Amino acid sequence: MEMPTPNPAVLARKSQLVARLLKVLPADAVISDIAETRAYECDALTAYKCAPMVAVLPASTQEVSDVLRICFEEGVPVVPRGSGTSLAGGALPTADCVILGVARMNDVIETDYPNRIIRVQSGRTNLSVTGAVEEDGFFYAPDPSSQLACAIAGNIAMNSGGAHCLKYGVTTNNLMGVTLVQMDGTVVEIGGGHLDAGGLDLLGVICGSEGQLGVVTEATLRILHKPEGARPVLMGFDDNEVAGACVSDIIKAGVLPVAIEFMDRPCIEATEAFAGAGYPDCEALLIVEVEGSDAEIDDQLGRIMEIARRHNPVELRESKSAEESARIWLGRKSAFGAMGQINDYMCLDGTIPVSSLPFVLRRIGEMSKEYGLSVGNVFHAGDGNMHPLILFDANKPGDLELCEAFGAEVLKLCVEAGGCLTGEHGVGIEKRDLMYVQYTMDDLEAQMAVKDVFDPQWLLNPAKVFPLDASDARRIVPIAAQ
Amino acid sequence: MMTPRSEEELAAMIVAARGPLAVQGGGTRGFAGAGDELSSAGLSGIDLYEPGALTLVARAGTPVAEIEAALAGENQRLAFEPMDHRALLGTTGQPTIGGVMAANVSGPRRIAVGAARDFALGVRFVDGSGRIVKNGGRVMKNVTGYDLVKLMCGSFGTLGVLSEVAMKVLPKPETQASLVIGTADVGQAVAALARGLGSPFEVTGAAFLPDRGAVVRIEGFEASVSYRLGALHAVLGGFGDIERLDAEASQSLWQSVRDVQRFAERAGDVWRISVKPSDAPSVVAALPEGAEYLLDWGGGLIWVLCAERTDLRAGIAPFAGHATLVRADAQTRAQLGVFQPEAPALGALTNGVRARFDPRGLLNARRTLAA
Repeated sequence: MEMPTPNPAVLARKSQLVARLLKVLPADAVISDIAETRAYECDALTAYKCAPMVAVLPASTQEVSDVLRICFEEGVPVVPRGSGTSLAGGALPTADCVILGVARMNDVIETDYPNRIIRVQSGRTNLSVTGAVEEDGFFYAPDPSSQLACAIAGNIAMNSGGAHCLKYGVTTNNLMGVTLVQMDGTVVEIGGGHLDAGGLDLLGVICGSEGQLGVVTEATLRILHKPEGARPVLMGFDDNEVAGACVSDIIKAGVLPVAIEFMDRPCIEATEAFAGAGYPDCEALLIVEVEGSDAEIDDQLGRIMEIARRHNPVELRESKSAEESARIWLGRKSAFGAMGQINDYMCLDGTIPVSSLPFVLRRIGEMSKEYGLSVGNVFHAGDGNMHPLILFDANKPGDLELCEAFGAEVLKLCVEAGGCLTGEHGVGIEKRDLMYVQYTMDDLEAQMAVKDVFDPQWLLNPAKVFPLDASDARRIVPIAAQ
Repeated sequence: MMTPRSEEELAAMIVAARGPLAVQGGGTRGFAGAGDELSSAGLSGIDLYEPGALTLVARAGTPVAEIEAALAGENQRLAFEPMDHRALLGTTGQPTIGGVMAANVSGPRRIAVGAARDFALGVRFVDGSGRIVKNGGRVMKNVTGYDLVKLMCGSFGTLGVLSEVAMKVLPKPETQASLVIGTADVGQAVAALARGLGSPFEVTGAAFLPDRGAVVRIEGFEASVSYRLGALHAVLGGFGDIERLDAEASQSLWQSVRDVQRFAERAGDVWRISVKPSDAPSVVAALPEGAEYLLDWGGGLIWVLCAERTDLRAGIAPFAGHATLVRADAQTRAQLGVFQPEAPALGALTNGVRARFDPRGLLNARRTLAA
C-alpha cells in the first residue's frame, strides 16, 4: 500500500513542534520518544505499520483546538485516532504526522431522558455509552462488533453500523450533534438536542468523513428505551439461493426483524468445530431476531417460520428462552474467532442489493477456487452488508498480496452487482485505490471539494479515502508560512 | 419554465444559464429562489423498485403520489411521512420526490424513524458548474466516501439540481390507533409525550393540539397495537383522561397534523420552529399575544400561526434550534429571512460549500441558508 513520502521539512522541525505542544499540553500527553510512538503505529489493519512522529492525548476541546492550531501553523499532518480498531487503516499514521488520540476524553457530559439524548466526549467507548444509561432502561443502538473497545469518535468518523441496523439505522441516523474542531483550531457546534439541522446538513457529511474534516470532541447521541424482549429463530437451508429468497419474503411480508444474519457452509463448519453451537449441517443458515413483548415475539416468529416453511428448511429452531437464544447466537458471535483459528484472514465489507445475493455468493465461490484461498461468508442479510472472510497465511510469502488481489476482485463484484465497496468499515487506506471502481473523477471531485472547505491545506488524515493520484494536487502544499 | 427531459439536458441548461435559476420540483413548497424557473418535473419515473430489498430508485421529478401508489401496491410506504404543503401554502401542482429530498420534508413519524435524509440512500445531481455527480447508491449500508446524500437533502436546490434519488422504504403496518390525553397544559402535554416516547412501546407519533390534547400513535399488527395501547394507557393515565382513536380516526388526525391543516386558509404568517422537545413549553410561552401553535415530534417541532411580519426569532434565541418562515408575503420573507441566520463559523462553512458547488451563485441564489 503506497503512502506519501514523509515531508523532510516537517521531520526536521520535530523538536520545535514538540516544544510548542508541551506549552499547551501536560508532559504526559505528548509522546515523542521513538520507542513510545510505536504504540500508535497501526490500527486493527495490522498488515500496515508506521510509527508517527509524535502522538498527543489532549483531554479537552480546548486542548484539541490548541494542538490543531499549532499543527496548522507548523504545516504538520494530523491523523485523528479513536481507539484504533479500524479495519480499514483509518488511523494508520505517516512518519511525519501527529497522531491525535481522544482516549482521555471519555466523560458523559449530560444524560437527558425526557429528550432521549446523551452527550459524551468522543473518546468514550460505544458500549460504555449504553453502560451509562442501561440501568434506566435505555441503550445506544449502533452496535459494531468492536463495541467493547471502539470509540464514539471512530464510530462517527466511519459512520459505523452493526448487526441491528435494519431496524435502528447506523451512526448517522443516531447522531444529533457534534462539537467539531477544525484544522485551524476553530471550534464549531453543529446540531444538538433539536431534531433537524438548520442550514445545510453538515452533520450528515461530517459523519463518515473518516477524520478528514475535523476532530469531533463531543457528540449528542440518540438513546432509545430497550425493547421488552428479543428472541431469534434459526433456520437452515440446503441452498444459498433459497435462503436469500426467504430473507426477501420475510421482508415483503411486513415483518421488520431487528437483525437477519446469514452464514454459509464454510463458516458454519468452522464455527461448529470451534464453538459447537449445534448448528445444522447445511449450505446456508439464517438467524432472524425480533423484538417486543413475549406474545408479540411469538406472533412475529410464527409469521417468519410460516414463510420459512414454504422454503423447505432443513432445520427450524425457535428460541423459547434466554438460554436458547444464547445458543443460537453463540456460533454467529464466534464466527470471526473460528475463522481466525484456521488461519489469518482478511475481512471484507462490501454491500450488495439483497436480490444479487445468490449470484455474488456463487461468483465468490468460483473465485475462491481460482485464487486457491478459502472464503467463509457471514453477513447482515437484511441490509446486504457482506463480510467475506478470506483465509491466507501471513507467513507464506506472496499470500497477503494474493489475498488482497482476491479481496479487490470481490469488492469490484459488489459494485458491479449494484452495491458498494464498504458498508460499515470505511475506505481508509484499504479501499482507497478502489474508489475509481465506484466513482468517476467528477464524483470524487465533489467529495474532495467538501474537504477543501473544511481543511484547505489538506492536513487532516490526508492520505486516506481518495486515491493518491486524485488528491495529489491538493495534498502537496507549500509548508505554511515560516 | 425550463423542464429538461434528461440529465444531460439539465446539465446543458445549467452550463448555458447566464443569470439566477429558480430551482424547483413541482413548485408546491414555496422554496424556489428568484430567476428563470428550472424544474426537474420532466425527469420522471420509477427506475427500480425491489420490495424484498426495501429499495426504490426514482428520477427526481417523479410525483410523490406515483411513488406512494407503487409502494402501496406492495404494502410498503415512505416511512418518514412527507408533508404535503399544498393546503397550507395554497399552492397547486404535483409534489415531487426530488422536492421532498431537497427540502428534507418529513412528517410526524420523523420522531420515531428519522427524517427524509435518513431514508435517502443515493442521489444523482447536476451542480452549479453543470457537472453530473452521483453519491451513495441503492444499498442500505454504504460508507464509501463522503455522504453527499445527506448534504443534498435539505440544501433546497442551492448545491445542485437533483436528477435521481434512491430511497429505503419500509413495510406498511397492518393497522394503527392513537390515544388522546385530555390536557390543555403544554408542560403537562410535553411531559406525557416524553413518557410515551421514552417507553418500550414504539410510539410513532407524538403531537399536542392545544384544543384537543396530547396524542400518541401506535402502528403494527392488530394484536400488537391493541397490547401496546393498553400498556401506554397505563403509563399515561396520570396525565389526564384518555380517549382512544381507532384506525380511521387516527389516520385522519395524523394526516391533519402532518399537513398542518388547521393553519390552512387562515390569515397570518406560518413559522416552523425546531427545538429540543423539552424546550417547547418555554418557547410557546414566549410567543406573541394571539399566536396559535401546535406541537409535533414530542414538542421538537412547533408550528406557529401569528400576525404578519412578526419576527419570532428573538423569542427562541435562548434555546438551541432554529425557526423557518414557511408562509409569508414576499416582502416579509425578504425582510425577516426564510431561514435562521447561522453562527459565523458555521456560516463560513455553509458559504464555502455553496461556493464550491455553485461557484457562479446561480442556484436558488437568494434563498440564503447562511447569514
